Amino acid sequence: MKKAFPILAVLTALFLAYTFYQAMFVAPTDALQGDVYRIIFYHVPSAWTAFLLFFINFVASVHYLADAKPSTQRAAKWIAIAVGIVGVIIPYIPQVRDWLQTIGMYPSSAATTALMIPALYFVVGKLFRGQDVDVLAVTCAEVGVVFCTIVLITGPIWARPVWGIWWAPGDIRLTSTLVLWLIYVSYLVLRRFSDSAQTQKLAAVLAVFGALDVPLVYFSIWFFRTQHPQPVIGGGGSMDLRMLHVLLLNWMAFLCFGFLVCWSRFRLEKLRREVEEAEALESLEEHGSPVVQSSAKVPLGGGSR
Amino acid sequence: MRSFWSITLATLAKDIRLEWRSKDALNAMLFFSLLVVVIFVFSFDPLAEESRHIVGGLVWIAFLFASVVALNQTWARELRNQVLDGYRVSPAPGTALFVAKALGNFLLVSLLEALMAPLFVIFYNLRVLGPAWQLVPVALLGTWALVVNGTFFAAMSLRTRSRELMLPLLLFPVSIPAVIAMVAATTSILTGEDSAHFYIILLVTYDVVFTTACVGLFDTVLQAE
Amino acid sequence: MNSAGSIKFLYAAYTVTWLIHALYIGSLVRRYSRVRKQMKDLGKGK
Repeated sequence: MKKAFPILAVLTALFLAYTFYQAMFVAPTDALQGDVYRIIFYHVPSAWTAFLLFFINFVASVHYLADAKPSTQRAAKWIAIAVGIVGVIIPYIPQVRDWLQTIGMYPSSAATTALMIPALYFVVGKLFRGQDVDVLAVTCAEVGVVFCTIVLITGPIWARPVWGIWWAPGDIRLTSTLVLWLIYVSYLVLRRFSDSAQTQKLAAVLAVFGALDVPLVYFSIWFFRTQHPQPVIGGGGSMDLRMLHVLLLNWMAFLCFGFLVCWSRFRLEKLRREVEEAEALESLEEHGSPVVQSSAKVPLGGGSR
Repeated sequence: MRSFWSITLATLAKDIRLEWRSKDALNAMLFFSLLVVVIFVFSFDPLAEESRHIVGGLVWIAFLFASVVALNQTWARELRNQVLDGYRVSPAPGTALFVAKALGNFLLVSLLEALMAPLFVIFYNLRVLGPAWQLVPVALLGTWALVVNGTFFAAMSLRTRSRELMLPLLLFPVSIPAVIAMVAATTSILTGEDSAHFYIILLVTYDVVFTTACVGLFDTVLQAE
Repeated sequence: MNSAGSIKFLYAAYTVTWLIHALYIGSLVRRYSRVRKQMKDLGKGK
């Protein structure tokens, strides 16, 4: 492992301990819910982290599919730029601005979020070349599922004491999260069960399907809920500033933690693939044609990089 | 070079002929559909007052299971006769194969539904309280939603281990918004309590989005095998 | 919504979170050691 990793791990652990202290003791007690609401400091950051990871997986999957040919690679780049431009302009259209207000978002936040999309696309393209983009995809999917599982378990644990129910089918956020979890678990199962050389391509296609699906899930539940009003778990509306501060701190800590876990998983996957290639080559040498009887052993890179 | 549609229709005609010749599989699927309905009837009391509220869900779950059985069947034959390899090297566009398969599956699943639906009506003594004609677009759009993704994922599952298990595993999560829409629309129409308009629009959107995605990405999947 | 009883949900949530993270990291450690063993076997030339 790189020298930096243990240092970062210790720093992250300290950061997490600090944010835990903040969550449990510094944030004020909620007037309505008492102390149980503090679950939010683990529930919401896990959700945001999971969504971010799934989004990176989507970007990586698109890269993997698009970069196969130069023409599609160029097209994808232009689409990413177009998304960014459209995303910056649209929040300022009056009707959209009004709608954003109903969900409590400023147009500038929406525009900045929209700019993140092409930014992420280009950053991923620069940093992760060739096969690495697929390693990134599987890493983010796996770690994303871990965080998403936590969201789905802490959600009901929070709901039960506060609203008296474990689950509300009309709860749009938790249900959409459940579907996202299902899609990515099926993604991981596809990866595990598919032995063909083109598993990666199939998985990337599935990720694209998943991304198309999520907005549709959101709208279908949204309309269902308007017909059958349900309690909104997790509460809407604004938050005490001190609570918001602790929430953001916890999110930062979990992002650092998530980053380290992803880094580990990424390196594990790269090592695993190198070993697989080396093993395949070795068995070719043992059972294969005399042509491959080379004396040059495959250099096992990656050991202490 | 024959046109896209002539290739598609020719493939479809061939599939229908083959399916008709080996009526065993078809009969088995019909019987399976009947069994599913019967199991539901025994599990969910048809005499209860609220049965009209849950029948929408039951019907579509039954259709979902029947679809999965049908979808698993139709690609198996291609694989057995290495037809896929032939397709890959032919100049025919992969999308023609996909559309043909999807249409064939659509016809097959519609046939199964045509058998199951009257059974539900009989066992549950259904009287439609809302605009009954709306059930037709809901059935068509909903079936297409299941079949178009089902055909695509069945093709994706072909080279995986536990192929028959992979199909529902991949299909169900992605189908959830369509299932919500189908069930809610059917329930709205049966009970006459709400309007099904939004759900029908949602189904149309779903069908357009995923038909485009499937047709666009099928060549990637075909070449990937 | 009695706060005396509901506090245990808070503890449960935090515990479950770290439990899941621990399980996942544990699986990573296990997979790492397996890969290292494979690398050693390769290096020795089975």
